[in-house]
Amino acid sequence: MKQYQLAVIGAGPAGMAAATEASRQGLSVIVLDEQAQPGGQIYRAIEQASPQRLAVLGADYAKGSALAAGFRASGADYLPSTLLWNAERKDGHFLLDLSTGAGSRRISASRLLVATGAVERPVPVPGWTLPGVTTAGALQILLKAHGGVAQSAVLAGAGPLLLLLAQQMIAAGVAPRAVVEIGPANRLRRALPFLPRALAGWRYLVKGAGMLRALRQAGVAWYQGASGFWIEGSGEATAVHFEIAGEAHRIECSQVALHMGVVPNPQLTRMLRCEHDWHPTQQAFVPRTDVFFETSEAGVFVAGDGAGIGGAASAVLRGQLVALRIAALEGVRGAEARIPAIRRRLKRDAAVRPFLEALYAPAEEVLNPTDTTLVCRCEEVTAGAIRQAVAGGAPGPNQLKAFLRCGMGPCQGRTCGPAVTALVARTRGVSEAEAGYFRVRPPLKPLPLSELADIAED
Amino acid sequence: MLKRLEPVPAGGADKEDEGLEFDFEGTRISAAPGDTVAAALMLAGIRTTRSTPASGASRAPYCLMGSCFECLMEIDGVPNRQACMVAVRPGMVVRRQAGAARLALTGGPEGGL
Repeated sequence: MKQYQLAVIGAGPAGMAAATEASRQGLSVIVLDEQAQPGGQIYRAIEQASPQRLAVLGADYAKGSALAAGFRASGADYLPSTLLWNAERKDGHFLLDLSTGAGSRRISASRLLVATGAVERPVPVPGWTLPGVTTAGALQILLKAHGGVAQSAVLAGAGPLLLLLAQQMIAAGVAPRAVVEIGPANRLRRALPFLPRALAGWRYLVKGAGMLRALRQAGVAWYQGASGFWIEGSGEATAVHFEIAGEAHRIECSQVALHMGVVPNPQLTRMLRCEHDWHPTQQAFVPRTDVFFETSEAGVFVAGDGAGIGGAASAVLRGQLVALRIAALEGVRGAEARIPAIRRRLKRDAAVRPFLEALYAPAEEVLNPTDTTLVCRCEEVTAGAIRQAVAGGAPGPNQLKAFLRCGMGPCQGRTCGPAVTALVARTRGVSEAEAGYFRVRPPLKPLPLSELADIAED
Repeated sequence: MLKRLEPVPAGGADKEDEGLEFDFEGTRISAAPGDTVAAALMLAGIRTTRSTPASGASRAPYCLMGSCFECLMEIDGVPNRQACMVAVRPGMVVRRQAGAARLALTGGPEGGL
């Protein structure tokens, strides 16, 4: 069995940066990633991007090219199209079970870096399971990796990604029909107290202003303060409905992209039994780490958005920091010398976050959906059924599995997890920390039995 | 509706170079290099890719990043494949998954049961 000093899971900005730096420090490194090419979702298909596509997607996306090139040249072993489905400790090492599409195999590593990024927060609104409705991230992936755009699309929810996607669609020549911001009308006023501190991150504010300008210049309808949002359609989405200040709106469309911010992808850190804490302004569980991003499980590190939402620039810095820390632990002399400088850059890059978190706090109507709204898409469990089960004695998400099969479908609770926690907390009148989260068990994704029967050790 | 900004590269006249075409329930779908099954179907105007086991409702790819499992399809006879994680190969046979997956009697390296 092959032994590594560091196994990095995920080849997005954090994973690529960490692997590149750790290799430079002389460590033996392997990177595992489910996608066929490096980049993660933020730099998806970056190695194939044509100049035209780069122009549409913008300068921040193009930054991924150098990162991917550096990673390719780093000498780190790289297994694309590979799923890590189990990890266990044995004799001071981690044994990792990998599914490569052509059977399973096992490798060993002294330390793990979880760099599995973020996932979009679920947006349970009536009609969100209709064909024609996707996440905003999905429409962006179609654009990045496949040069596809949606005609007659409504982008709805809240968050920087919604506006960035609108700007990219406009640049591609297919403007969305409308952008609908769900949630309070006074978002900006609520966020203003955090603006002075955010000025240190002025670059992000300039970028945001550019998005709004692009929207205005293209004449895209921008609705703010929408509530009662639902999607109409029988068999597929045909329109969206919402209210603003008591006035009802209906917009016909064939595609709806939903977004309500992103949360750390909890699957792997939860499976590894890392402790998580509720982050009240990010409205998400975040793995508990020390100042070197080592989790409560010794030897398991987490970098990138998986360690708390910080964006791509911070993901790179966190990845580098973790790599230098692990190099020092492995006895590389002087490896930690650069860490203080990285910390200063991380602090500056994070200055805008409290402002963004306040500006784009998730709308209460997706955290506490109406009774008939589906929450668990796989098993088709409604918010009303969850409320009833909680009233009937299910104290948290794991008991809801037994009561309702909620979170027990093929996605293993990936999609509904944050929504179920929010709903349980509100129904019981307790904190999200007390409501808790789904227990994540191996295999991390469903596997054919033939793979389990045929584990190769090399 | 979804459309491509750039046309799909056509297959050459040479029989060896048929482009990236695959079969979707009897219809030939053209894909571009780098396409996943889910992306190729969406960009070919296919609106639904499965029906749910619980109520039979129509579903389609939702997240395109391997997380939501809404895009489960039967690909080359193997059910429950995440169509957004499978790259298109020429000649693939892809079907919608209706309700619960049928047991894959021919799947796996030993040819199944």
